[in-house]
Amino acid sequence: MTTEVGSAIQVNEESKGTEPDDSEASNPDKTSNGNEEAEKEIQEDEQPESTTQPLKEQEFNSSISDASTQSTPSSSDKKDPTGGKGLFRFLPGWLKKPKSMSQVETTEEKEAEEDIQTKDRNSEDEQPELMKSTSENEVVKGMETEESKTDEIVEQYSLNSAELQTDLQTDKAKKPEESLEKDADMDNEEVVLDEKKDENSKDGEVWKDEDASKKSPLKIPKKIKFMQSKVFMLDGSEFTYEIEKHAKGQIMLDKVCEQINLLEKDYFGLTFRDATGEKNWLDPAKEIKKQIRSCAWHFNFNVKFYPPDPSQLTEDITRYYLCLQLRQDIVSGRLPCSFVTHALLGSCALQAELGDYDANEHKAGYVTELQFSPNQTKELEEKISELHKTHRGLTPAQADAQFLENAKMLSMYGVDLHHAKDSEGVDIMLGVCANGLLIYKDRLRINRFAWPKILKISYKRSNFYIKIRPGEIEQFESTIGFKLPNHRAAKRLWKVCVEHHTFFRLLSPEQTPKSKFMTLGSKFRYSGRTQAQTREASILIDRPAPFFERTSSKRMSRSLDGVPAGGINEVGLQQESSCLSSTADGVKTEADALAIKDITTSLKASQLEMPVETKNNSLSIEGESIYVRHSNLMLEDRDKTQEDLLKHQASISELKRSFMESTSETRPNEWENRLTKPLLLQTEGTSDENQKSEMEEQAEVIVEEAIVIEEVKSAPGHSKVKLESPVENSSIVPPVELAAKESNVSSSDSRSDSEEEAEYHPQTKEGENVKRDQNECKTLTTVAMDSEISVTDIEEVHFPVTVVHKMQDVLEEDLQEMQNGKLQEAKQEHEDINPKLNGDVSFIDSDAMPEVVCYAEPPVVKTEMVTISDTVSPDKTEIATKEVPIVQTETKTITYEAAQGDGSGDNDPGVLMSAQTITSESFCQTMTTQITKTVKGGVSETRIEKRIVITGDTDIDHDQALAQAIKEAKEQHPDMSVTRVVVHKETELTEDGDE
Amino acid sequence: MAGAGVYSHALVRGIPESLAGGALRRSGEGSGVDTARAREEHRLYVKALRVQLGLVVTELPADEALPDCVFVEDAAVVCGGTALIARPGAPSRRGEVTAIKKVLSDLGLKIVEMTDETATLDGGDILFTGKEFFVGLSERTNQRGAEILANVFKDYAVSKVSVSGALHLKSFCTMAGPELIAIGSSDQAQKTLMNMQEMSEHRYEKLTLPDDMAANCVYLNIPTKGHVLLHRTAEEFPDSAKEFGKLKDYLLIPVCNTELAKVDGGLTCCSILFNKAV
Repeated sequence: MTTEVGSAIQVNEESKGTEPDDSEASNPDKTSNGNEEAEKEIQEDEQPESTTQPLKEQEFNSSISDASTQSTPSSSDKKDPTGGKGLFRFLPGWLKKPKSMSQVETTEEKEAEEDIQTKDRNSEDEQPELMKSTSENEVVKGMETEESKTDEIVEQYSLNSAELQTDLQTDKAKKPEESLEKDADMDNEEVVLDEKKDENSKDGEVWKDEDASKKSPLKIPKKIKFMQSKVFMLDGSEFTYEIEKHAKGQIMLDKVCEQINLLEKDYFGLTFRDATGEKNWLDPAKEIKKQIRSCAWHFNFNVKFYPPDPSQLTEDITRYYLCLQLRQDIVSGRLPCSFVTHALLGSCALQAELGDYDANEHKAGYVTELQFSPNQTKELEEKISELHKTHRGLTPAQADAQFLENAKMLSMYGVDLHHAKDSEGVDIMLGVCANGLLIYKDRLRINRFAWPKILKISYKRSNFYIKIRPGEIEQFESTIGFKLPNHRAAKRLWKVCVEHHTFFRLLSPEQTPKSKFMTLGSKFRYSGRTQAQTREASILIDRPAPFFERTSSKRMSRSLDGVPAGGINEVGLQQESSCLSSTADGVKTEADALAIKDITTSLKASQLEMPVETKNNSLSIEGESIYVRHSNLMLEDRDKTQEDLLKHQASISELKRSFMESTSETRPNEWENRLTKPLLLQTEGTSDENQKSEMEEQAEVIVEEAIVIEEVKSAPGHSKVKLESPVENSSIVPPVELAAKESNVSSSDSRSDSEEEAEYHPQTKEGENVKRDQNECKTLTTVAMDSEISVTDIEEVHFPVTVVHKMQDVLEEDLQEMQNGKLQEAKQEHEDINPKLNGDVSFIDSDAMPEVVCYAEPPVVKTEMVTISDTVSPDKTEIATKEVPIVQTETKTITYEAAQGDGSGDNDPGVLMSAQTITSESFCQTMTTQITKTVKGGVSETRIEKRIVITGDTDIDHDQALAQAIKEAKEQHPDMSVTRVVVHKETELTEDGDE
Repeated sequence: MAGAGVYSHALVRGIPESLAGGALRRSGEGSGVDTARAREEHRLYVKALRVQLGLVVTELPADEALPDCVFVEDAAVVCGGTALIARPGAPSRRGEVTAIKKVLSDLGLKIVEMTDETATLDGGDILFTGKEFFVGLSERTNQRGAEILANVFKDYAVSKVSVSGALHLKSFCTMAGPELIAIGSSDQAQKTLMNMQEMSEHRYEKLTLPDDMAANCVYLNIPTKGHVLLHRTAEEFPDSAKEFGKLKDYLLIPVCNTELAKVDGGLTCCSILFNKAV
């Protein structure tokens, strides 16, 4: 459960309480959200909409709020101090006036959700919105508790969560558990083992938690709970694991791979069915619980990235699982093939499973027991049998290899299809594969966009967009939009694209834009290893081929009979098949039956849940996620060299391996050790020269390949403020060098360095966006802000604060306001300004963010921008609640603004004279100060904008921090005034499954 | 999976008298077809397939009611033991498929028919590269036809490309080797090739020929002969013939096709090649 709270404050010189300080700033409170674990409380509809307590708010500042004391870190219960509470004391009176309109909006939305959710099911788990208000109350009450206590807790907790994070990064499954245990020890709390089925246990937990928190607000209740999860394997068996309730997906994936002795696990993943019955990939980097939400903890083990050339896999066992996946794909109809191919693949599978054809053993009809095709005919079986005889002498591994050699040539091999409609409403399919995006009408390929052709991938609501690089045929960049069935589908597709692009096209994953708080929408990035990395790593595998038993497909096939083709059938049949088999872990059939029921239930529920989404969409501004890549490489060129290079490497490692085998014992832990090392170190085995040259070339290549992620751009209004570096990142690297690059795993250092030089050209594209509506400006502020906070992995709270000081020679209010808006926007979009491109920028951030942000031109201000100041009532608070980019996240942005007259005055954007960004990072706080000097009409204006993002646990007192920030800002620049305060807060609901 | 140019069988059909007057042609006026000469050229073409290359050639007699019947290519698409019987875009040619279907069926191929009344497809628009299909959307082939083709040959990617300025996709674009595409040098042809490359996961070399019509050639991979290419003669297209001459390790067989070319016929049009061993 993650809670994020963000706020920004912008303060303006002109702001002279033009408005009477009539209404106390109670309203913002209403909309602010505490956040609480879903199970924790049962909420009722009558949950007070406005739980605001102005008086308490004012007291608030003096005391430290300690939501933390009540919260139990281990179980992640938390209450967030609501955005802006403590803040009010520091704000001029005029700022405190809330805007009632937006309030209403929020209220409406809440209600809408409530309605739907209550209809939906009675389970309390489903009503996160409501819980928030409650927790809010609690926060207020708890505010008076001791300061020291809180601090302690904060520290402890954040330490622990930090550990968790680090551990996960190292790919070690065990460590998180350790740290959790440690966690528990520290807090002297019991560990609760929850063996019950998840559904049941939830209720129990709910009450326990509540009790604990009520009993001792000063004590930190600490429990580690385990969820029983089932994983359905490709061979039809089923594993059951006890998984710590807040474990991330990787932990479970690691467990599964460990159990089946699979080392090349980067190609695999776990899927689950969401409430709508759609298949989703479990994100290894996120908490399981948040992803699957209220669904049962049932997963399927699947191939996620189909290696284009399976012969390059290192181990037979990996190929075996790939074969099983493909057989499943064929039987389910996902991988269509001709009769002839069917027969051939079937015969290979038969050979792998049964060995050589034996006339005595293999009586007539022996093929019938196996299922190879969605509609298996006698004719097919005869053909399979006939071909089986020709495979005499092939070992199972060879038969698998032959199977794969044939299967990989199928046109739909590894293509992940998504239903969509084109701009004319025609039903099409979008297929994501290793090389790019394929567009199908029925089975006919009507378009193809290789990764190098795609400049940007984005989605907004249920629309999915790709921006296409101009090519030989089309001379202009174009954006192509597709309509997906719903927002989730669009996001799912977007994620799959991001993952496939990263895995197959990049050398190393991009860093998640987490650190960059100016982003909008999903911060999702593929964080696993890329194909290049996993190949690199698997080359070093030097264990003897592990023994594994090939499960007979007879069981599988029987259970497949009569199961109608369709989405659910995958789950169903696997469960059934596990009933028939005596699985390794001895799970009984009864359990299976239960499991099946669970799934069915959740499927039913799914239909009901859909409206929730829709509703929210209409009420809120959707986050949009954009994934931009920039590359001048032709994929094909690269691939060629890559293959060659890998072959070369393979032979080196082969030599090395044989050397090692002859001289020393194999060390079983070698693999594990390597995994934990930075990948760069792992290449040490190869000659130094090699590595050196690789390094050098890599740097160049990366510049070339620079992937630019801009997540911020969402609201079209933004794009006009996109800042670009004037420098082309275009240096074209000769193919020779490309070869070298393949071999090495890029270090993040070189990567980020080079990326600073990279650049892309959104400006040309921005024209397109200008057509947008007026609302944009509003959207702009809020959207931009909430996006930055959407990091939700561990329990963190982001609390961005922006304080803007402005010095202006002329009191031209509208103008000023405009520039405010403009600059703010600019800032939001490009938080990290590339120092090299900005004359006088001092860049004080060792953790330079990986995203390339270039500040090339003075931002252009459009009239829409003025909307903020252009409002009827000069004092206003804008409150918008929105989900970014999916329903489960609740976001709130409150803008306090100085009276600005009517802002429609001058549209002159002015000339940006200088821009400076200073970023400093401390333990859980990032402060970015941006100083911009603008000249407009002979008037120079200096604007200082401070943004503080507090990333931490629930226990941090955000209000306090915010207040402190404002205070400090005032002290630092006594000659300036506060023009705007934007409090932005985002709360992620406990059930959130997406970022 | 079928390799490019691996053929064991050929199906051809005679030239009816009615061709000279009744065959469809794109450019309304043109010089008259010398039927006798056309037959002689066709005889040499068939002989090359049968004698020189050793294919099992089935020759259907001409049907006077079907002036275009010699262009058997348009009547069916055969790949991997399956024959998709086309539904020619020109209504006057629909009758051609009947005889073709029977013969292919007799030859043991699995027959799939296009029953969709809205679909049209000429075999001349179907380019099989050995790894995938390209379907030219032309005057004769529409998207529905292409979709049906895609459904029939499931193993392969079937990509559509649009064709303009020529009758068929293969009028200016054929295979000249396993990963070699012969392409005309006209803008249309080049643009089409570019489009094809964008649509494909595979890489192809290209053999650019000065004359679009010369780019219609027949590539075969015959076990005993290796790469074989039937192409237009140096008399017809001297510049293009030079290009063909540059191909290494090829058995080049120049074939004259002056007469049928007058009614838009190319070398590929006159046969259905397939591999029965599959």
